[in-house]
Amino acid sequence: MNQTVVSYLSQYEFYDVLLAAFGKNEGLLAFAIYLLGGVIIVGLCATIGGLGTFAERKISADIQQRLGPNRVGPYGILQFLADGVKMMTKEDVMPFTADKMLFYLAPMLALVGVFATLAVLPFSSGLMMADLNVGIFYLIAISSLVGVSVFLGGYASNSKWSMLGGMRGASQIISYEIPVTISILAVTLLAGGMSFGTIMSHQRGLPTNWFIFHNPFAFIAGFVYFIGALAETNRAPFDLPEAESELVSGYHTEYTGMRFGFFALAEYIEVFVVCGVGAALFLGGSNLPFDISFDIIPLQLLEVVIFMSKALALYYVVIWIRWTFPRLRVDQLMAICWKYLTPIAIFNLIGCAVWVVVFNGKSIAELIFGH
Amino acid sequence: MTPANFDGLMPVVIFMGLAVALFVGGHFASVLLAPKKPSHLKSTPYECGEQPVGSAWSMFNVRFYVVGLIFIIFDVESVLMFPVAAIFRELNDMGHGGYALIVFLSFISILIEGIAYCWKKGDLDWVKSFQVSTKNNK
Repeated sequence: MNQTVVSYLSQYEFYDVLLAAFGKNEGLLAFAIYLLGGVIIVGLCATIGGLGTFAERKISADIQQRLGPNRVGPYGILQFLADGVKMMTKEDVMPFTADKMLFYLAPMLALVGVFATLAVLPFSSGLMMADLNVGIFYLIAISSLVGVSVFLGGYASNSKWSMLGGMRGASQIISYEIPVTISILAVTLLAGGMSFGTIMSHQRGLPTNWFIFHNPFAFIAGFVYFIGALAETNRAPFDLPEAESELVSGYHTEYTGMRFGFFALAEYIEVFVVCGVGAALFLGGSNLPFDISFDIIPLQLLEVVIFMSKALALYYVVIWIRWTFPRLRVDQLMAICWKYLTPIAIFNLIGCAVWVVVFNGKSIAELIFGH
Repeated sequence: MTPANFDGLMPVVIFMGLAVALFVGGHFASVLLAPKKPSHLKSTPYECGEQPVGSAWSMFNVRFYVVGLIFIIFDVESVLMFPVAAIFRELNDMGHGGYALIVFLSFISILIEGIAYCWKKGDLDWVKSFQVSTKNNK
């Protein structure tokens, strides 16, 4: 049973002690727990985002038989901290032609959009900030803010490269939202609910219960989701909004110093978020492969480790794809989205609906082994 | 009152607040640490070292603007499909699966019809949409 942090902790005895310490004010205590949990999760994800930049450079170096960063810290692992400090101490330059307010607003919108998605990410059955009953729907809606920030950043810079990048980004992000949304609809249909709690509780147990192995249509939907998620986060081979060989740096050409840093941070955290959502929706998320009747806190940590390892494995695949495939052309990008992925996604949705009616919602494994 | 009363949107607001706090904090640190030597040349928009020609806010041929319109239709329809998908299993368990499936399919068929129309008109192609528009302009 998935639950939020507060309702999970309230089953333990020390919750009453905490409650007494907060003067029996449950709202205040809930706020304190959420704030602490939020700081921990944001810190964790910001570190993962920072390490993502390091992993990206190290893995690309491996693929291209180079060394990669190896000076700061052991194996260069502290490179992202050095990069962060460098960005902070760089001069902040704004083009005098820019729209100042939107120029300031764009990186903040990117950060807000990405951090707000972290609130519903199910790290384990007990560590989840908000189990909204429209969980996955909320996630799709709020992550659109990143698309808005990409377009705003491109528009507000008043530079031709930024403008082209922003236009491409807007058309790409809104287009790829369609196959992603329809693939997620297929999962909603199989799970019979939009909250992550419902979706996770249907995938408990062995990998045969994961939604990606539920039926052939869900299997394809998983891949459609992953390809669409790559494009939505502007990752290669779909990184046209920031194509460095044709558009200088795309929508963040004019961004310097810390503001560029926020864009980069938001982008890398968003990649982690879509990987985490992919792991939760299709790969069973944080569910343990066996059933246990008792519930202790170390078990929750084990679940977090399971969720993280699935999400980070997907993260590795994302980086691997980036350094393996060449970039697409704009028209090829739109053709893939509208002529291939969207019809395939609709086919999967219809397939899943028919499957639920014909086989009464049973997965392949249940049909074969019959339990 | 149970803790469930606070399980709503409070964490979401907290996370958004943390994002704003991080942004403002990072900005503050950058203001304190970064050098400030503004010059006119430094703050011109980047155009590969040339003097920028005109503003970037000019007339611009946005290809695929029809795609934006299809996106709106798809987005609204998927918003309407989410509740149906969420209770689809429940309907099936109640024995109305076939009826729900027919309604669902007829709803999706409107979507398919829309994308097929757009595809046939050539709004999904880079070159053909150009040819179609010039032919109509003659």
